[in-house]
Amino acid sequence: MVEMSGAKALLESLKKEKATVVFGIPGGANLPIYDALVDSDIRHILCRHEQSAAHMADGFARASGRAGVCFATSGPGTTNLVTGIANAYMDSSPIVAVTGQVATPFIGKDAFQETDTIGITTPITKYNFQPRKASEIPSTIKKAFYIATTGRPGPVLVDIPKDVQSQIANIDFPEKIEIRGYKPNGVPEMESVKQSARLLSEAKKPFILAGGGVKVSNAYQSLQKLSEFLLAPVGTTFMGKGCFREDHPLSLGVVGMHGTPEANKIILETDVLFAVGVRFSDRTTGNIDEFCREAKIIHADVDAAEIGKNRIADIPIVGDADQTLQKLLESLRKRMSKRKRSEWFETIRHVREELKDNSETKETGLTPRPILKTLRRLLPRNAIVTTEVGQNQMWAGLFFESYLPRTFISSGGLGTMGFGFPASLGAKVAKPDVPVVDIAGDGSFMMTENSLGTSIVDKIPVTVIVLNNSVLGMPAQWQRFFYNRRYSAVELKRIPDLVKLAQAYGAEGVRVGSTDEFERAVKTALNSEVTTVIDVPISPEEDVLPMVPPGNGLSSTVGVA
Amino acid sequence: MEKNYLISAIVEHKPGVLHKIANMFSRRGFNIDSLSVGDTVGKNLARMTITIKGDEPTAEQLIRQLGKLIDVINVTTLDPQRTVERELALIKLKLSTPEDRATIMDYTNIFRGRVVDVATDSVIVEITGTPDKMNAFINLTLRFGIIEIARTGITALSRGPESIPIENKGEEKW
Repeated sequence: MVEMSGAKALLESLKKEKATVVFGIPGGANLPIYDALVDSDIRHILCRHEQSAAHMADGFARASGRAGVCFATSGPGTTNLVTGIANAYMDSSPIVAVTGQVATPFIGKDAFQETDTIGITTPITKYNFQPRKASEIPSTIKKAFYIATTGRPGPVLVDIPKDVQSQIANIDFPEKIEIRGYKPNGVPEMESVKQSARLLSEAKKPFILAGGGVKVSNAYQSLQKLSEFLLAPVGTTFMGKGCFREDHPLSLGVVGMHGTPEANKIILETDVLFAVGVRFSDRTTGNIDEFCREAKIIHADVDAAEIGKNRIADIPIVGDADQTLQKLLESLRKRMSKRKRSEWFETIRHVREELKDNSETKETGLTPRPILKTLRRLLPRNAIVTTEVGQNQMWAGLFFESYLPRTFISSGGLGTMGFGFPASLGAKVAKPDVPVVDIAGDGSFMMTENSLGTSIVDKIPVTVIVLNNSVLGMPAQWQRFFYNRRYSAVELKRIPDLVKLAQAYGAEGVRVGSTDEFERAVKTALNSEVTTVIDVPISPEEDVLPMVPPGNGLSSTVGVA
Repeated sequence: MEKNYLISAIVEHKPGVLHKIANMFSRRGFNIDSLSVGDTVGKNLARMTITIKGDEPTAEQLIRQLGKLIDVINVTTLDPQRTVERELALIKLKLSTPEDRATIMDYTNIFRGRVVDVATDSVIVEITGTPDKMNAFINLTLRFGIIEIARTGITALSRGPESIPIENKGEEKW
């Protein structure tokens, strides 16, 4: 037992969870915490908007696999965090958000900057807490980290009233905590693993669909072993991009609305679909009634509530992805020897040769494809790429190959414009020795561009590549395709001069007019001590293709070159 | 095929839990027919009985989503064949003619209910039983004029010695 304030207890508890960095903004209701920060060696990174604080914590979490922490004050501070928390929830990213709340006697009185934080965040957090005594803070923080990072990860919010932050109490830091309603052990049931092994050993055309869960459980190697043993091709969901290296002969890239033509073609031919760490999102499956109708489905996920939510599985396996993959491979080895090249393998090879976008030099103009192919060539394999949301994101999904887990970071579920830049800063804080690049569009970048301030002041150098078409590109594309080119409110008309904007913050800014200039700019940016914004003007008529129009099955891909 | 499902959950008995559970129901679009909550065996635990109408996949999803909530210790469906189900209703009836009181008391006796309040123009009847029995009594007494009804919602226990484990959430829940 040590006597200290709730605020100090919070910071000590964070350190015990090895959280050494916090992204946040102070305000009236969290001042005691910020006062305690003065004497703490926790690194605080001052954000320019709370949404960015949550995205930075999220980017930190996705790059490192550890929980990211963010602070905000009550009321507007908290409601500004909401987008970032919802984003982390949809993509199962572990963040711990600590919000200030009005003092306990004022709760429920509509006090200044009071908002029902618990009510607002219940549907977008894995769990939320409101400790009412300083002595509850250490166990609450320990629980928050445990819940956020185990099982299916997700955001946890701790809402601390101001008087609880400043209350002096005898504080005890528990070594262990017990949450009786939460047992995230993900040991898969052997019976379903055996059934799956039988089905897969008898399959003529097995296909592996790998999702974000493979990244979460670090199952990268087990997945590759299984794929090679079965000679089964791997398509990933958008969230799974990077969990299977995309230059592997069995990789087909991303499946879905803006998936690769080869992945969308082959997945529909499978007789046994092994889906691991996926939730059968509408963006992945297209029209679910047409998705792999004839195939048997094995669905492995750590979250039992995903089983049967969007697609009924023939064999469900509830468990950790890595353990499931290992046990499955073990079980398969008992039944069969490594599969030999068969007709299925030849089909895959043939379709890959026919459809895969291999050539690097088809186009040389300043269009997304050669830009992203050039970028890939210039970056080391372990470089981290984040994306904004919209066309830039889907181009990155299609044209920028990813080779390692946690190197492709994007807002998949919520589709949050403004995510990429702050997330890239969070990722860079987690991995300071790795180059970090945000692939951006002008519309998205403008939503959180003020994080340039944080990037300069807190010395977090990243490279932002703005594919600048001066329109909100994805809505423009949909209006072109589905609304007869009746453009409505998509032209931004006047984007500020991004070079001057970057310079105004003290960052580097450069505009390029050719792929050669782009190449030089990237090389310079990667060696720069400060963040560089590379403005790449592109045509507003540029589409993301191929595409499966919404509501259609994956067979209805349009725009295959 | 639409069926009635009877679901029991053991949950943490602390502020905010009902909010989290109700929020999940509305957010996921589950329609609840009735819900009752009360203290149960075990420290700081409550038992919740939920009835829904739906097909099997819906019921299964609801159970999985409930089981996923951290404040839910355990959850199970109850087999109607092996379950004791009860509901309690308080029904306030109008007395218009002198004979009404005697007739209502007769009906109440037949339904093994009790008259728990008598005034000059009204009585309150307490009826316990299955929802069917409750509905039958209400239909029978409609003609007197029902002033108010308060029903608790169904509560239920499985027959025989087994119970919902409260120590540990089974691994199949995660």
